[in-house]
Amino acid sequence: MSTFSLDEDQRQIKESMDSFAADELRLLSRDCDEKSEVPPEFLEKTWGLGLTANIIPETYGGYGFNRSCLNNVIMAEALAYGDLSLSLAAMAPNLFVLPILEMGTDAQKQKYLPAFCGDKYKVGTLAIMEHSISFDPFNAQTKAVLNKDHYVINGEKCLVPMADKAEYMLVIASTNKGAGAFIVDKNAAGVSLVEKEKNMGLNALPLYSVAFKDCKVPVENCLGGEKGIDYTRLLCCSRIGLAATSVGVAHAILDYSIKYTKERVAFGQPIATRQAIAFMLADAAIEIEGIRSLTWKAAWTADQGEAMKNDLLRISYLAKTYAAEQVFKISDYGVSMLGGHGLIREHLIELWFRNARAFSMLEGLVMA
Amino acid sequence: MINFKESEMEKQVKDLIHGMANDIMRPIARYYDEHEHQKPTELEPFRVIMQSGGMGSGRKKKSGEKKEIKQTDDKIGGNVMGIVGAEELAWGDVGLMLAMPGGGLGNAAIGAVATDEQYERFGKKYAAMAITEPGCGSDASAVSTTAVPDGNDYILNGEKIFVTDGDRCEVVVVWATLDKSKGRAAIKSFIVEKGTPGLTVGKLEHKCGIRASDTATLVLQDCRIPKTNLLGDPEIKPEGGFKGVMATFDNTRPLVGALALGCAKAAYEFTKEALAKEGIEVRYDKPLVKLSAIEKDMLWMEAQLEVTRLIIQKAAWMADNGRPNNLEASMAKAKGGKAGNLVVQKCVELLGPIGYSQRYLLEKWMRDNKVNDIYEGTQQINMIVIARRILGYGRDMLS
Repeated sequence: MSTFSLDEDQRQIKESMDSFAADELRLLSRDCDEKSEVPPEFLEKTWGLGLTANIIPETYGGYGFNRSCLNNVIMAEALAYGDLSLSLAAMAPNLFVLPILEMGTDAQKQKYLPAFCGDKYKVGTLAIMEHSISFDPFNAQTKAVLNKDHYVINGEKCLVPMADKAEYMLVIASTNKGAGAFIVDKNAAGVSLVEKEKNMGLNALPLYSVAFKDCKVPVENCLGGEKGIDYTRLLCCSRIGLAATSVGVAHAILDYSIKYTKERVAFGQPIATRQAIAFMLADAAIEIEGIRSLTWKAAWTADQGEAMKNDLLRISYLAKTYAAEQVFKISDYGVSMLGGHGLIREHLIELWFRNARAFSMLEGLVMA
Repeated sequence: MINFKESEMEKQVKDLIHGMANDIMRPIARYYDEHEHQKPTELEPFRVIMQSGGMGSGRKKKSGEKKEIKQTDDKIGGNVMGIVGAEELAWGDVGLMLAMPGGGLGNAAIGAVATDEQYERFGKKYAAMAITEPGCGSDASAVSTTAVPDGNDYILNGEKIFVTDGDRCEVVVVWATLDKSKGRAAIKSFIVEKGTPGLTVGKLEHKCGIRASDTATLVLQDCRIPKTNLLGDPEIKPEGGFKGVMATFDNTRPLVGALALGCAKAAYEFTKEALAKEGIEVRYDKPLVKLSAIEKDMLWMEAQLEVTRLIIQKAAWMADNGRPNNLEASMAKAKGGKAGNLVVQKCVELLGPIGYSQRYLLEKWMRDNKVNDIYEGTQQINMIVIARRILGYGRDMLS
């Protein structure tokens, strides 16, 4: 039977993230978007929450809390409710840490995980996307060719979060055995930041294009070692994370719209008393209920591991694409309900509208 | 906890009903579509399922039981099992499902509010539900059928339309007012047995779909019934009385959502198979620019079905576990009706002449399914319920 109540861990995650989202992310939201930057103090504060160290086992210096895709989804939704860009920045280290934890060899875990358990904010990142309309995450144009004891990577990635600050990045590249993930030291020869990207939204999150030109990576940096990784699972966990952040953004828009339409008076009554407005709110509420449950189901499916492996691609694809469609629709409702005010930068609706459009094209910006 | 594992009990019931729907309902579906008003005789094997609460007609609680409702987490009750059954029955055929004893949801009302004594008398009877009148539909508070006390009896007068099972049922749950001047608080439901003098069946409707199900007009003319046939509390209380009557919907709305879902699932599966014969497979690993328009539609429909099922499951889970679900029940109904129709109608569109032809059941499913978005509270009425809930508004602020 499908049941829908949070367990004690999840309740605690939700409570602490809810208040952090309200007290920190939401308040910084507009300013960071305008300045296109994340304040270092914010990242330090986030680090104090232990979003990364909590999920790393004690063997590697972490706190060894229960780790599950579902728990990550609860966290991601709550943070994205505050601000999407800042939530992605806060969770960026997990883009690197989670795949290592889930799929790395013992040696890789030993080598990379302890560094993420210290007191200071540390970034690792993931490079999946490429600047092309036909970009296919299962068939990256970035290639990794094996040459004796190392791989040679060539290609260009885009939308790589925090690439400027990241010491390591996990680069997705095609090999002759399918997709692989490679741990690349950012200072390695052949790696260069092309530019800090400017996009329609996600302004606060530093996103970079990164080029790889004959970049040599030792074979031991191939994630999962010789046998490689379950790349589909990696991609699915990212899609589930994107679905979860979509839910957070959609819910933020609904709550804001409810408050606004109850206060805004036209023709002598709050506009929320009009069916044209009320129906948009109701539709948003229904769809948020739906995308949240679908995201949970996808995360639960991922947590079942081998037992549900055959359904993971399908359910996480549906969750991600449907959530992307709905969050954008809801953001469009939001602008409509605020009328002209919806496009004025005093209101966060304008920012959410630009951010929400990103979901349909995103891959790999968050990991659940 | 958050869990999506199907229990063994759900799986067994689902498989059983699915098999029966496939073997018994599907082969006769077209016949009864073409022979409107002819009573299907092949549905006897389903009686056991309908009476065991398979469609939400089970006993919710015994009267006199403490009202204290304990919030649980993993109780599987009549609501959770009801939506499993409803989805599969509707997958078989919505019209035939409604033609089964108990299919019209009158039994759900009896199960929810009857006293022990009433349940003893009427619980196993084939019940219809009569709410709609020529002058009122969604605005059930405008009911104008009257019930006037007279000694130990009530005398009922009025006309009811669109009564599902109205012709074939054994008893009817009739909504009537004890005092029109007292508004919604005076609206009560009464059990009228077939054969009671003064109760006559008027015309049978000719419909777009669900033709296997009879939809009747009932006329009540000085129809005398014992006072003990009033369901629930006979007192006219300014607050709460009508809410009690409406509370039945919190159980039945997810069920109707599940009917729409089942019909949509049938259409989706048929379409997927038809496309597969043409070599069109649905892929989950291709970027947008590589997807065909048809594939994209199929993926979109699949997401609709998943989301709709989850919304319905949540509403039913809450009902079985002592969690107030008025909001979620309306979401289940509104989303079920809307998504169900979008899916069925899209399937007909995708298959071109195959979708439109009466050689297959798809065109029938589109006609059948439309009503799932209408009865038991139209999509639009449910949207208003939802909006009121999230806005914290009453009827005075939003109607």
